[in-house]
Amino acid sequence: MTAKKLGLKQRYAHMTRGLDWETSYQPIDKVFPYDQFEGIKIKDWSAWEDPFRLTMDAYWKFQAEKERKLYAVLDAFAQNNGQTGISDGRYMNVLKLFLTGISPEEYQSHRGFAFIGRHLRGVGPRVAAQQQSLDELRHVQTQIHTISHYNKFFNGMSEFPTMHDRVFYLSVPKSFFDDARSAGPFEYMIAIGFAFEYVLTNLLFVPFMSGAAYNGDMSTVTFGFSAQSDESRHMTLGIEVIKFLLEQHPDNLPIVQKWVDKWFWRGFRLLGLVAMMMDYMLPKPVMSWKEAWEIYFTEAGGALFQDLARYGLKMPKYHEVATEAAEHVGHQLYGLLYQLCHVAGLHAWMPDAKHMDWLSEKYPNTFDKYYRPRFEMWAQMEKEGKRFYYNGLLQLCHTCQLPMTFTEPGDPTTRCFRETQFKGNRYHFCSDGCKDIFDNEPEKYVQAWLPIQQIFQGNCGGPTVPDVLNWYQIKVGVDNAEYVGSEDHKLWESWKQDTAVSKAG
Amino acid sequence: MALKAITPDYEKYTENRDLPELYHGNLMIYVHWEHHISFVAAIALPLPPQTPFGAIKEAIGGVYGPHPDWAKIDWSHAIWKIDGKNATPDFDKSIADHGMGHKSLVRFWTPGLDGYHGSLN
Repeated sequence: MTAKKLGLKQRYAHMTRGLDWETSYQPIDKVFPYDQFEGIKIKDWSAWEDPFRLTMDAYWKFQAEKERKLYAVLDAFAQNNGQTGISDGRYMNVLKLFLTGISPEEYQSHRGFAFIGRHLRGVGPRVAAQQQSLDELRHVQTQIHTISHYNKFFNGMSEFPTMHDRVFYLSVPKSFFDDARSAGPFEYMIAIGFAFEYVLTNLLFVPFMSGAAYNGDMSTVTFGFSAQSDESRHMTLGIEVIKFLLEQHPDNLPIVQKWVDKWFWRGFRLLGLVAMMMDYMLPKPVMSWKEAWEIYFTEAGGALFQDLARYGLKMPKYHEVATEAAEHVGHQLYGLLYQLCHVAGLHAWMPDAKHMDWLSEKYPNTFDKYYRPRFEMWAQMEKEGKRFYYNGLLQLCHTCQLPMTFTEPGDPTTRCFRETQFKGNRYHFCSDGCKDIFDNEPEKYVQAWLPIQQIFQGNCGGPTVPDVLNWYQIKVGVDNAEYVGSEDHKLWESWKQDTAVSKAG
Repeated sequence: MALKAITPDYEKYTENRDLPELYHGNLMIYVHWEHHISFVAAIALPLPPQTPFGAIKEAIGGVYGPHPDWAKIDWSHAIWKIDGKNATPDFDKSIADHGMGHKSLVRFWTPGLDGYHGSLN
C-alpha cells in the first residue's frame, strides 16, 4: 500500500508543530529565558498562524531556484560589460551607500532573526523567524555578489565591512540594528519585523530598486526581484506578530505601542539617508522623497493603522512631524553629504540646473525658498576655486547618531536642539522623538559608541583627519570628496569617449 | 531603572562611553552660528576648561570662515546663549568661568547678517 500524499495544511502541521519536547529535569523557563522579561503576556502560542505555511524543505527548493536565476543574470551582466550601461558614473555612489549602509544590516537582521528563531517558545513563529534569518543571510550574500562586479571598476566599495563598523554616518544604520538586537525578542520583532519590514520597507526597497531600473543597473534590479518574494513573507510575519501580541492579552497594548512609537521614529531617521539618495543622488530621478512618503507612509501606513485601530493601536507618535519633515530631510541630508564628502567613503557633487528645476517642481513650497540659495552659494564658491567642505567635527544626536542637522518642526530656518540630563551628564538630541527614546531607557543609550566622541577620546586611529580616514580605510583623494575630477569620474568619461569613438567608427 | 532587562543588575554590566573623564582633561563643547543654517551642524570642540571664551571665535573660524558673512561679524554686537540661557560672555575669562561643562552648547546670533542673500543659509 502506498502512503497517501499529505495536503499542504497537513504537511505544514507535521513539519512545524509538535517538534518540541516536555522538559523533565529543567523548568521550561530556563530553556526559553528571554521571552518573558519584556512583560509580554502570551496565553496560547498555538494561536499563531503562518499564512504562507512554508516548510523548510519547500523553502530550500524555492530559494535554490531563485538563486540559479539570479546568478545566471549576474553572469550575463558581467560578460556584457553591464557596468558601462548605467546612466552616469555618479550613480555608483548610490550603490556605495547601499553596500556600506544597508547590506551589513541584512547580516545584522540575519543574526537577530536567528536569535528569535531560537528563543520564542512558540514553534510557529520560531520556524518563520528561522526562515527569515536565512533570507537575510541570502540577501547580504547576493548583494555583495551583485555589487562586487562594480568593485572591479569603481572606488569606495572594497572595505565595506570595516567602513560599516567605523565611519561616522554609517553608525546611523549600525546603531539602529545594534539597538534592536540588544532588545528582547518581542521588541526585536516589533522593531524589525513590524516597524521596519512592514511599515517602512517599501520606502527603502522600492526607491533603490526602481532607482536602479531607471539608471540602467540591471544587476541590482535582478537582485531586487530575487528578494521581493522574501520581502512579502517578511511583511506578513511582521503583521502577524503584531496582531498576535495584541490579541493575546490587553496588557500587551501599551508595551507594543511604545515600541511602535520608538521604532517608527528610529526608522524615519534612518530612512533620511534614502531621502537624500532619492532627491539628489540618482542621475535619473524616480520620484521625490516627499512623493514616496505620501504613497508609502501617509496612504499605505495610514490604511494599516486604521486596520490596527480595532486592537487599540494608534498611529506612531510624531508621525505628523515626520510627514511635515518630508519637505526637508532630503535637502538637509544632501547638504550634509555635499559638505562632508571629504570625510566620507563616497562622492558628492553640485546638482545641475536641470536637477535643481526638478527639485523646485517637486518641492514648490520649500526648495527655492530654503535650499536653492545654499547650493547657489556653494556653486559660487566652486567657481572661485574654493569648493566648500566643513572642516571640523560636529555635534551628533545621542540617539539616532546623525549630525544635529535637522530644523525645528514648522521652522526650517532654526536648528532643533533638545537636551536631557542623566546622572549629572548632559545629552543632546536632534528631535523630541530621539529625546523620548533616550529618556525611556537612558541606561541603554549612555553606552552608545558615538563616532565624534570616540575621535576626541583617541579611539579612532589618531587626532588628525588623515589619521581617522586611514583608520576608516577610506583612501584619501580616491574614495572621498568631490565627484568632478575624481578617478570614478575620469573612468566614466573615458568609457563615454570609447562609446562615442566606436559609434563614429 | 526605567529599562526592562533580563538581569536586575543590568547597569553593572554597562559602560557609559561619553563620561567627561574620557576626554583627557578637555571639555567637549558645541558652538552654533544661528541663521546660517547651511552649515550641517554645531561644531564640536575639545577645549581645556581654562580656555578663554574669546578663543572660541578663532576655533570656529576654520569651519565658518569661508562664509561670505563671516568677515563681516561685529563681535561686540553678537548675542549669546550658553546652555539655553542668555549670556554676556567675557572673552578674557575662561569657559569654565562661564559655567560651561562637558557638552555645553553655545549658540550665537549676529544681528544684521542674515545668510546668503538673506536666506538664513
